[in-house]
Formats: sequence, C-alpha cells, structure tokens
Amino acid sequence: MQPKHKLEMKAISIEFPGVKALKTVDFAIESGKIHALVGANGAGKSTLMKILGGAYNHYTGRIYFDGEAIDIRNPRDAKALGIDVVYQEVDTALVPYLTVAENIMIDVMANEMKGKHFISWGKLHKTARTVMKRVGIELDTHTLVQDLSLADKQLVLIARALVTNTNFLVLDEPTAPLSQTETEELFRLMRDLAQNQDVGVVFISHRLPEIFEVCETITILRDGNVVADQKVESLTQHKLIELMLGRRFEEAYPKIQVPIGDTLFQVENLNEASGKVNNVSLNVRAGEVVGVTGLVGAGKTELCKTLFGAHDIESGTITLHGRELKITSPHAAVQQGVALVPEERRKEGILVDESVVVNLTLPSLEHFTSQAGFVNTNAERKAAVGLIDDLGIVTPNENQKVAYLSGGNQQKVAVGKWLITDAEIYIFDEPTKGVDVGAKRDIFELIGGLAKKGKGIIYASSEIPEILDISDRIYVMYDYTIVKEFETTEATEEEILLYSAGGNNS
Amino acid sequence: MTIQTTHATKKKSTLTVIVDFLSKWGTILTIFILLAFFSLTMPAFRTPSNMVTIMRSISIVTVIAIGITVSLTVDGFDLSVGSVATFAVALVISFFVWHGWGTLPAIIVALLVTLSVAAINSFLIVKLKIFDLLATLATMFIFEGVAMTYTGGGSISQGMPRVDGTPTMGKIPGDFRLIGQSPYIIIIMLVIVALVHIFLSYTKHGRYLYIVGGNREAARLSGIPVNRYRTLAYFLSALLAGMGGIILAARIGSAQVNAGGGYLMPAVAAAFIGYSVAGVKKPNAVGTLVGAILVGVLENGLIMASVPYYSLNIIKGLVLAIALAITYYRKND
Repeated sequence: MQPKHKLEMKAISIEFPGVKALKTVDFAIESGKIHALVGANGAGKSTLMKILGGAYNHYTGRIYFDGEAIDIRNPRDAKALGIDVVYQEVDTALVPYLTVAENIMIDVMANEMKGKHFISWGKLHKTARTVMKRVGIELDTHTLVQDLSLADKQLVLIARALVTNTNFLVLDEPTAPLSQTETEELFRLMRDLAQNQDVGVVFISHRLPEIFEVCETITILRDGNVVADQKVESLTQHKLIELMLGRRFEEAYPKIQVPIGDTLFQVENLNEASGKVNNVSLNVRAGEVVGVTGLVGAGKTELCKTLFGAHDIESGTITLHGRELKITSPHAAVQQGVALVPEERRKEGILVDESVVVNLTLPSLEHFTSQAGFVNTNAERKAAVGLIDDLGIVTPNENQKVAYLSGGNQQKVAVGKWLITDAEIYIFDEPTKGVDVGAKRDIFELIGGLAKKGKGIIYASSEIPEILDISDRIYVMYDYTIVKEFETTEATEEEILLYSAGGNNS
Repeated sequence: MTIQTTHATKKKSTLTVIVDFLSKWGTILTIFILLAFFSLTMPAFRTPSNMVTIMRSISIVTVIAIGITVSLTVDGFDLSVGSVATFAVALVISFFVWHGWGTLPAIIVALLVTLSVAAINSFLIVKLKIFDLLATLATMFIFEGVAMTYTGGGSISQGMPRVDGTPTMGKIPGDFRLIGQSPYIIIIMLVIVALVHIFLSYTKHGRYLYIVGGNREAARLSGIPVNRYRTLAYFLSALLAGMGGIILAARIGSAQVNAGGGYLMPAVAAAFIGYSVAGVKKPNAVGTLVGAILVGVLENGLIMASVPYYSLNIIKGLVLAIALAITYYRKND
C-alpha cells in the first residue's frame, strides 16, 4: 500500500509552430482512481500526457504534487515523482532482441547502476519476476521480447513502469491493437493497480464502451480545451460524443452532384494476409464517392493498401466492370486501373527530392517513352505544366523540388500524378491530412471532377464531417471490418461516431 | 524542440556558400590543383604520354566503378564487383588457353557466366531481403573462391599446363590483346561511360532506377515493379564489372590470383566522389569518371614522386574517406 497522492496540472498551455495545442488546460488525478481522458483526433490528449511524462519543456502553467508546486521538464523529473507514461507505440519503447527481464529492468540498469559495472543476472531476473507477479504476467523472464504478442509487450511495458515506485500510470490508447480477451486482461490489471496498489491510472481510449466499463472519472478535451471534467456515470455514450465534437466550425463544401451509374468496382469477402482486413465487402458505382470512415487504427489504411496490392490478399474477390482483377502488387493494380493516394504523403506518395515534373509523370511515364525506352522530356514537361495549371499547384516552375512546396501543394502532386494514368478506381487515404482549407477545397473539386468522368472513388478518412460533405455513401469500419453502411443523406456525425467507437443503437 | 529548430530562419552564411561551392566543384578543382602541382614539381608528369598513361590506368577502375554506380542508383551496393572481375578474367583466359576459343565467343560466354553472380546477388538481396552490403560481401568471397577453384589456384597463362598436368595449346588472340592497349582501352571506357550516362539520364529505366533508390515505398506505391528494377541494377553492375575483368584480362594477358580484387577500393572511391560532382547529388556515370580521374591523377603523381606503392593505400583510403564525408555530410543537412 502506498500513501494517497494527488496530481494537479493547472492552466497548462503549449504551442507548436502554427498551432496552439493546449489552451489553459486543468487536469487532476488521484491515487486509486481510473480516470479517462478522451477527445477527437488532435484534441490534445497525447500532448497533455507527454507534458506530464516530461517529453516537452516549453509549456506554460503549473503542476502540483500533493498541493506542492513542482516542475516537470524532462522524463527524469516525471520518473522521480513516480509518473510513468506508456506511449501508444509499444515497439519503439522495447528492445526486441533482449529478454523480458532485461526490458523490464532497463530503467534500473540505465539509471541506478552508477559506479557499478557488472550485472547480477540472478538478481535481475528475480526482481523482474516479482514485478511480473504484481502485473500478473506469466512469462519466462528469459523469453525474447521479439517473440511476444502485442498484448504481452504492453504488459511488459507496464511492468517496467512499476519496477520503480509508481504513483501514476498513463496508458495512451493501450487497447487499440488488443483483442477482446486481451483487453479484459488489461482491465483486470488496471483495476488491481488502482484498487489494491493505490496507483492512479489515466486511460486514453477512443472506444466508448471501454471507458464506461473501467473508468470512474473523465476529462474530455476538444481543440485543446477542457469541455468536461466529471464522473463517468453521469454521462451517456451520445452525450459524450456530443461533448467531444461540440459545434464544429468546419467549412462546408458543396458536393458536386453527379448522376450515379452501375456498379463499377466490387469487393467480396476480402481478407488481408495478417488479418488487418477482415471479411470486407463493398462496392463502388460509376461516378460515386464512397466514404470509408472509422477511428485511427480501425483498418482504413490497411483496406486501402490491400485493395491496391500493397498488402497481400489472403482471400476474397475484387472485380472491376464485372471482370475479376488479379491484384498481386501495386504494379498489377495500376496496370488494371486502380490508383491509390496514400496517407503518408512524404513517405509514400511523393518523392520529395525529385522535381514536380518527375513526380507528376511517375506512374504514367510509359506515355512519354519511345519504343527504345527514351523519355520524351518535352512531352513530359508539357503534360506536367498542364496538370500544374489544372490543379492550381503553386510552384515557381515545374522543375522545383517537391520538398519546397507546401503540404497542400504536395498533396495536389500526390493526387495529380494519377490523373494521366486513366485509372478507373481512385482510392484516397486521408487526403486532407495536414492540408489547408484552400487546398482542401481544390482536392474536393478534383475528386468531384473524377466522379463526373464516371470514375469510382473510395475516400477513406477519420474526419467525419469531411466524409459527410463529399461522399454519396459511407462505410464505417471498426476492428478491421465494416460494421455499418449509410446513405450519406441519412447519416449523422453522431451516429457514425457511435458505430466507429464500437457502439450500436440496440 | 525539433519543430522549433526547423522554424529557425536559414541565412546563407559565407561559410555555407563556400561549402556549397566546394561540394559541387571541389572534385574538379582538386584535379586541376593536383595537375598543376605535379606538373610544376615534376616535368615528366606533364608530358602527353603520361596523360595517356593516366587515362589508360583508370580505364579498368572506371568501368568497374560504373558498375558500382548503377548498384548505387537503387540505393544498393555491390561489393562483389572485384570478384566478378576476377572471375571474368579467369573465364576468358581459360577459354583461350585451355579451349582455344576465338575472341568474340570467349568474351560473350565469359560475360554470360559472370551474370550468375548477379542472379545470386539479386536473389539474396531482393528475395531473401539480406542487407545489400552483407549479401555482396558474401558473394565477393564466394566468387573469389570460385575463380580460384576453377583455375586450380588462381593463375592461367599461355603455355602453362593445367593443374592435372594436361598441356595447353590455346593462344591468347592478338586482337583480344588490343582491347587492353591505348587508344582502344580509353575509347571503350569512354563509350561505356557515355552509354550508361544516356541510359541513366534519358531512358524510362534510368529514371525508375533513381526513383527506386530515392524512395522505395513511394516507387512501389506508384506502380513501379521495384524488385524487377533492383534486380536489373545488380545485373548491370555485374555485367559492367565483368567487362572490367575482360579489359583487365586483355591488359595483363593472363589470369592472376584475385586479379580484380585490387580494383574494388578505388572503384568505390570513384563512385562516391562522383556523387557530388557538379552538384548532381546522385550516383552518376560522368561523376564517376571524374572521380576515377581524380584517383588516377593522384596515384600517378604520387608514384612519380617516388612514394612507395605500399604507402599509396593510405592516400587512397583518405580520399575515399573524404568523398564519403562530403556525400554523407550533405545528406544529413
């Protein structure tokens, strides 16, 4: 049993170039409680917890520990107070080729071995075993971390946090990659820590049912502000979503109305090799914009990549114009009329070190190549200049390196490069991520233009207002599968979010 | 914190301007400084015949370095080029001496057989996903050994009986020996540089190679058959290394133990020096030629200044270190 503690963050603000991520936020937790921290993407949850964990030092505001003003400016400060944050990306925090024991004891080895040079392996494994018992992991301490399941890795991280004296434990979306039973196991541990070991647990999750299941109190963030701080039991799922979304000042984009034709693209019972797409069936008609939405980690990106052949298909059929496609690689997908604008623009969509011309003509270079294989640079340049004009890409000239363009213009390049290829199906994965309002409008117009030409469009995004603006029909994903289909005219943001979060209306 | 630093305004200081200029033109400037220095200090250096000697001496290095250059375009690295050259030497000489073949069939068959190295390299790198440097390190040893085993110890020369005592009757044809003499050797080198330059800069395939090297995932998601182009790069590098071996065989007229091994280091240096020439910042054929000239001039001048041959590696190693420093220092900007 540890003494009870109270941690308060008062008037915390932090700014990053161009964004005020947190605006005078108050946040408090106590020993022995499980406290939920929720908010839409970009609301500031992770930022707030990173401040608590000492990852940033340029914030303003004060932090009090048991009423006493303290300073957390680096991870060491946080550790000294017994604050441990288990971040979302489990794999970045673990050393895969070391054993469970070594990973658990890594902080001890790094910080508490001053002047010592030899490791006592017996003691190391023994201490690790004691902590693991507390956490309830049954593993051989000699197992290599790379051989563990994701759920076990998470438990190892929690065990690592508990090796040193832990008063507060922050779990940033721990359940996103876990199965139902693994999640239950984690909840059991969280309750045990809170009730029997007096640890204060902060639980970040997008999944509403989970919050109602394990949390006592809740703080809701919206656009860097606290909009609610109360007991969970006084909330309903619908009320919570309303608070999370608030009244959004999203600029509305008029959808370009296009007559919708026959079914163009049909996907039946699609499964991805590693299970990241689970039995998905969908269809797209000519001229139709089909929205695919869901929370981060619901499997939208995986679905897009699988349809494009960038992930291996395990089973299922994909047909275009009633003809079955053999999508074995992105190369095959492009040959058969499927194009993808990937989510990670700078990593996957464009070549930042190449010029605008080279980027724009990349998938269609064959159109500008002679029999002998020589590139007709004149024709290539002309086509690129044409696209730059059509799409309104702001660049001094077509030979500018793409690295020097703004995010919105880079995105136009990432989209524009597919326009010469004459694909039939265009898949967009989060096309407006990191794009300003003006460029967003241009991209929407471009998508409208494609629909007008009778192309089929799959538009994946977790920005629900956007999906509502642009799509004709919406599929909602949860846990790597489609859980709901809406006609856009009959869908509301609230209802979509409910299904995205694993809820339902029954 | 990193976000803040990226926001810091970048002013071009005098220092950056100088560094920029040197990283673009430093190589060519260095060549001229070396030429001037050696010419002033040693009258024998500045004779036209010595200039021809330099060009002749760099031919083999250049051709092998062009092979490395092609492997670098896909962000790979072919360390096995030296052994490929050795293997090609052994094959072509054996065809002449042991089997009495004519020039053309011997060259063609030797090149085709050396491509087996490329097949193994690309299998290891593309299919088994072994890190390129390590995969080609393995094949480097394997084919050094294959060449030795095949020849029964490493050397074959005209009139020398085979290991089992069989006398050999074949002669090395005179027209084959011409390949190794100037001006032909220099012309062949220049033609190869020109062809590879055209291939890399003006064809679709060249463009794709660079794109694959620049960002493999983006290339893949643009529909480029990435593995096919990576394989192509290793086949071209082996083919060019094989050609280097053929020229080497013509030059020395016999097969020697690990004959091509010594060309690896200067070739790597030439290819990396070539990165930055004229600010291309990519592996490129012309830059590689310039790099080879730099290495050749340095070597020739130093030998003439009676620096012992066994100390030359110190200088050549330093040149490589500087070339790498320039390449990677700029990359991390």
